[in-house]
Amino acid sequence: MDVGFCLRSEAAGAMRTALMSAENLQLTLKAEPSQEERALTHTKRGPEETHKAGNEDLKEMLESNKESLKLEAMKRVVGLIAKGKNASELFPAVVKNVASKNIELKKLVYVYLVRYAEEQQDLALLSISTFQRALKEPNQFIRASALRVLSSIRVPIIVPIMMLAIKEAAADMSPYVRKTSAHAIQKLYSLDPDQKEQLIEVIEKLLKDKSTLVAGSVVVAFEEVCPDRIDLIHKNYRKLCNLLVDVEEWGQVVIISMLTRYARTQFTSPWKEGASFEENNEKAFYASDSEEKSERTEAEAYVMDPDHRLLLRNTKPLLQSRNTAVVMSVAQLYWHLAPRHEVNLVTKSLVRLLRSHREVQYIVLQNIATMSIQRKGMFEPYMKSFYVRSTDATHIKTLKLEILTNLANEANISTILREFQTYVKSQDKAFAAATIQAIGRCATNISEVTDTCLNGLVLLLSNRDETVVAESVVVIKKLLQTQPTQHSEIIKHMAKLFDNITVSMARASILWLMGEYCDRVPKIAPDVLRKMAKSFTAEEDIVKLQTVNLAAKLYLTNSKQTKLLTQYILNLGKYDQSYDIRDRTRFIRQLIVPNEKSGALNKYARRILLAPKPAPVLESAFKDRDRYQLGTLSHSLNSKASGYQELSDWPAVAPDQSVRNVEVVEPVQEWAPSVGKTKKLKSDDKFYSDNEEEKAEEESESSEGSSSSSSSSSGGGKMVADVYSRASFQVTAPSFGPVKTYELLHHMTGKGLSAKYHFPRQPCLHQPGMVAVQVTLSNGSDRSLEEIHVGDRSPASLNIHCFNTIERLEPEASVTVSMGIDFSDSTQAANFQLCTKEDGFSVSIQPAVGELLMPSSLSEQDFSREQGKLLGMNETSATVAMATANASSQAVKQRVLSVANVGEVPSGQDVAHSAPSISRRDVPPGPLVMKTLSSVLTTGSCRPSPRAPFIRDDGKRSRAET
Amino acid sequence: MLMFPSDSLITSFVYSMSALPPFKPVTSYWFRLSQNGQNELLCFPSPASPPPAAMIHSLFLINASGDIFLEKHWKSVVSRSVCDYFFEAQERASEPENVPPVIPTPHHYLISVLRHRIYFVAVIQSEVPPLFVIEFLHRVVDTFQDYFGVCTEAAIKDNVVVVYELLEEMLDNGFPLATESNILKELIKPPTILRTMVNTITGSTNVGEQLPTGQLSVVPWRRTGVKYTNNEAYFDVVEEIDAIIDKSGSTITAEIQGVIDACVKLTGMPDLTLSFMNPRLLDDVSFHPCVRFKRWEAERILSFIPPDGNFRLLSYHVSSQNLVAIPVYVKHNITFREGSSQGRFDLTLGPKQTMGKAVEAVLVSSQLPRGVLNANLNASQGTYTFDPVTKMLTWDVGKINPQKLPSLKGSMNLQAGASKPDENPTINIQLKIQQMAISGLKVNRLDMYGEKYKPFKGIKYMTKAGKFQVRT
Repeated sequence: MDVGFCLRSEAAGAMRTALMSAENLQLTLKAEPSQEERALTHTKRGPEETHKAGNEDLKEMLESNKESLKLEAMKRVVGLIAKGKNASELFPAVVKNVASKNIELKKLVYVYLVRYAEEQQDLALLSISTFQRALKEPNQFIRASALRVLSSIRVPIIVPIMMLAIKEAAADMSPYVRKTSAHAIQKLYSLDPDQKEQLIEVIEKLLKDKSTLVAGSVVVAFEEVCPDRIDLIHKNYRKLCNLLVDVEEWGQVVIISMLTRYARTQFTSPWKEGASFEENNEKAFYASDSEEKSERTEAEAYVMDPDHRLLLRNTKPLLQSRNTAVVMSVAQLYWHLAPRHEVNLVTKSLVRLLRSHREVQYIVLQNIATMSIQRKGMFEPYMKSFYVRSTDATHIKTLKLEILTNLANEANISTILREFQTYVKSQDKAFAAATIQAIGRCATNISEVTDTCLNGLVLLLSNRDETVVAESVVVIKKLLQTQPTQHSEIIKHMAKLFDNITVSMARASILWLMGEYCDRVPKIAPDVLRKMAKSFTAEEDIVKLQTVNLAAKLYLTNSKQTKLLTQYILNLGKYDQSYDIRDRTRFIRQLIVPNEKSGALNKYARRILLAPKPAPVLESAFKDRDRYQLGTLSHSLNSKASGYQELSDWPAVAPDQSVRNVEVVEPVQEWAPSVGKTKKLKSDDKFYSDNEEEKAEEESESSEGSSSSSSSSSGGGKMVADVYSRASFQVTAPSFGPVKTYELLHHMTGKGLSAKYHFPRQPCLHQPGMVAVQVTLSNGSDRSLEEIHVGDRSPASLNIHCFNTIERLEPEASVTVSMGIDFSDSTQAANFQLCTKEDGFSVSIQPAVGELLMPSSLSEQDFSREQGKLLGMNETSATVAMATANASSQAVKQRVLSVANVGEVPSGQDVAHSAPSISRRDVPPGPLVMKTLSSVLTTGSCRPSPRAPFIRDDGKRSRAET
Repeated sequence: MLMFPSDSLITSFVYSMSALPPFKPVTSYWFRLSQNGQNELLCFPSPASPPPAAMIHSLFLINASGDIFLEKHWKSVVSRSVCDYFFEAQERASEPENVPPVIPTPHHYLISVLRHRIYFVAVIQSEVPPLFVIEFLHRVVDTFQDYFGVCTEAAIKDNVVVVYELLEEMLDNGFPLATESNILKELIKPPTILRTMVNTITGSTNVGEQLPTGQLSVVPWRRTGVKYTNNEAYFDVVEEIDAIIDKSGSTITAEIQGVIDACVKLTGMPDLTLSFMNPRLLDDVSFHPCVRFKRWEAERILSFIPPDGNFRLLSYHVSSQNLVAIPVYVKHNITFREGSSQGRFDLTLGPKQTMGKAVEAVLVSSQLPRGVLNANLNASQGTYTFDPVTKMLTWDVGKINPQKLPSLKGSMNLQAGASKPDENPTINIQLKIQQMAISGLKVNRLDMYGEKYKPFKGIKYMTKAGKFQVRT
């Protein structure tokens, strides 16, 4: 807590500075401006601002006494901000209204403050004390919005104040305020990264929060502040998985992507050995059939971590979310984490997203494109969903085309090609060109259709549209390169078309083809070169370069006809304006024309220029996108976005699994209990979990992970409990037994108000000696009850910590409150009145002995030592009936726990043959006196019918035993 | 651009050739070159440490003529000059829809959606799932529509204060805080004329002072204390047929997507269950968060505590095994003759598989080729318009009378000298069929638990054409 103290002093320092500057400016936070202020604000106005008469009236309105005028003025100011106009000179006039009673006016002032505080830091400090006061408000909404604004003011001097506010809010009883504090963490971190260590502490606390409201926001803070501190997640992993369904949708997205990263570091790969992620297309296609078989044979070798399974199981229902971002994030989780044969689950949902808005389609199609390269089988049944409609935007069309090409195989190629034929005729020429590219890719990938495609493309050469023809030429060139042997006819055809083609890329392609296969068209090639020599100077650079290439190749193969032409072209190139062309010309000349200066190189000219060249591989543009995690911005851009977190490879050996076990269910949140706020903490939690019961039941099967650890204590042994230890005893968590609820007030006698109570078996926060009691009040009447509180009590000395008055309880509503009662270690009933506005009802709480105690953890030795120190004896016996069949030590323990709040002392002795004793001790506040209550119960395999255990209570103050 | 690594002379020729067009597949030569250490050129340099960043930094609203008419910042102010990158992309795009949704700039990323001819441009500083932002922006638009009835520039400008208050509540530090319409309406009441008048007189405000009850409860979509004198629950089953019909009239692809939109005005906390006669039809579903998923998995029953007011309960896809009934057929004859500046246009519509129900509100639209100057057509029923600028032909047919089939016949004038267009236009059809869900889906019953009164229940079926295209 040293940190807290030093913070407090820092905060105080900052406050002082703030107040000083306030004094300097002679401004106070009053709703009505004083005479001085008015004078001051007038003198402060610079000469250059006088012309801004438009803002003058606003200033006057803001300084008027009428709320409505102020509000009107603020609305106009917000209008200015929205338009991006500068309204900063109104700052002094606006900031005075920060303490206004009118909530709308206040909110608009907040909007203004957040916008301009950074520019006017000194003046902004004036508002701080208002927020600090608001942080203590009983209304949780006001507390939360105060924290929101306080943390949004980007003024470095208030960092300590913010830090303190965040720490307090993180322990607030309202989950909404805690959520706000999680958001504030990121804001503070971006303002002052030096606070990282302290913020991580707060994050650690908030990660333990069980409220679904907080979970999403704190994970955002975690991702931003300390994404590498994976160790903070271990203990919360199962809880996050189980809460996931109930978290709000935006939080789900963040949690899922964080858990994806987590799982990749903690579990071993579920993918079968040898099949790496970068499986090639063919293999992936067949994999869908063969995989499942082989998976089964290898299943023995790989056993999935139950936590890994938990994550997959709990995210699956989210595929049905209406939020497209959630669906996408689950899809990427399955893609990166699930066994291969389970990934297909996500297909349907992804295809469904294609019905959504254009922008959603764009992102989803990008991801499908990447997925379909590796796993054709996944999307093949949905091929028709990717058919292009004439109304699609161009980038959507192109992506669909990409996916169709990826999905093409021997079986469906004819369907796809028929579809492509329609696309080629599209009015959208960019799309038509992309289709031709796609046809080319299909032709190289599927050898059966190469000839068909080639013929189709040749037909396109007579198309009227230039881009279509040009694209066809380029694609044909690539196709011919893959199998050049029998296609001299096509090359001749293209040579004929050459004169009519004007797109430079296409011309260059034809020239390259001529050069490369000049031996197959020996008569035509020199003629083409002749034509090029004529038009050389008018060509584009890329065409010129290829002309030079063609000339060089012809010179080597057919120098008789082309020598002069080549020299002419090389001369033209030598004086070309382009650097590249001059460079190339010079290089070619040295290479092919032997002279005294050229070295050994020109002997190899033929081998260099006419070497057989590998055919280009036509690949998808999405080929290497799988570097990035799917669904990310980086994936969408195909470049690393700032702040992108690399997805790690699976570890070869799984790290320790036990780190995720949660041993102790903590009795209370152990953070600094700021008195006054924590009062209702427990009751609040209870309230929500009550509401969640219905859901919890539905999900009970999935929650076994977290509950198993608490009940896994070894059978037999000793149990020790302690009501409150002021000596060396550590109060431990109550073992979970069945919670018994008692009736406090029946709704018939209570005129509609009914009350039930139970002992939560947790240390009372208000006063150490008190026993915590939770009372559930519900309104069974048809009108709302007001001012429910605790009235007179008897005996008058009875020390009760009452709950805060409940202002209003609506019909059918119920609320759980907690109170503390000091029973002074007796079983005497505590009598008090439960009052509403009109009536008072006498009620009494009769404590059972077992509830007066608290468990403490002791070793066996300590237990015997303490037992020996006891002075007197007091015995309370109770009989617990047990069926013979249930005679396991576990069952006995359960029964004992149901009557008394006790803990267990681990026993080293052999369980079966010892007589385990259950004992508990009790220290009343004040003198160091102990009461031990010990029970001996006999059980064991040797005795078929266990004797009823009896509980003995030894204490100094109590009645003597004999 | 040209470099000659000593070991790959030849590849460099090819490299120089294959470096141009935009949608070009990367060839292996690229790889070979990039392995030589030029890989970095392909990516943006990334800063050493991630900058502190919110998810959504700022929002700019841009109208069709390229004016920024609203800006909102959730963190430090980002200068509006960042939108210049957006305008650049907008200029490059031939159609407004073609602006890429994600645009990288040197320091930020712009993610935009286009709705109602307004671009909503979000400024992002670091890695965030793009769909997260897109989905959020669409929610913003939906909320505006919900509040103001329409989402136009004028409506936003008129209600700029409410817009600002809404945006303030919807995001905290760039992370969505309250997007549920029921919660927002408790925080900020939608503007109505009556309320504005009352507020001016009494001085009360549109802004709530209490935390909306939904924020804390496990049913955040519903507010407490709802009261109605007439308790009613209406459900609309609306199905859309997406289809592509071939030139010859055969179906290339057809599927049915459906939604159930609800309008529930019930007092208190009703718990509803809705069951279907034939739930097997539903192949893939997505739910409003209120629907209990486990119950659906186990019993195929929709069990939920509904939000108050209008909401989309369910959207579904009908399994593709079922054959889709196509409600209309189109007989068309659209020809352009080579060398002539005239084209023929002949279109007849007729009902096909409608199960005896009338086909209503039929609207035919078609994007004619660029060369078409004018169209002289004669519609047997309804009216047609031809926009000579966008070349969009629209024919509002109305109801199809099976005895007298509607037709649109006439000629088109082409630009003199222009060559014959390669492609015939596609025809998009919109239609409505009342009182029928084309998939045959039927609601069995609706039950209410948890409240004692008897609500009025209503269920309506409708079939519409979704993306229904006929290629000619």
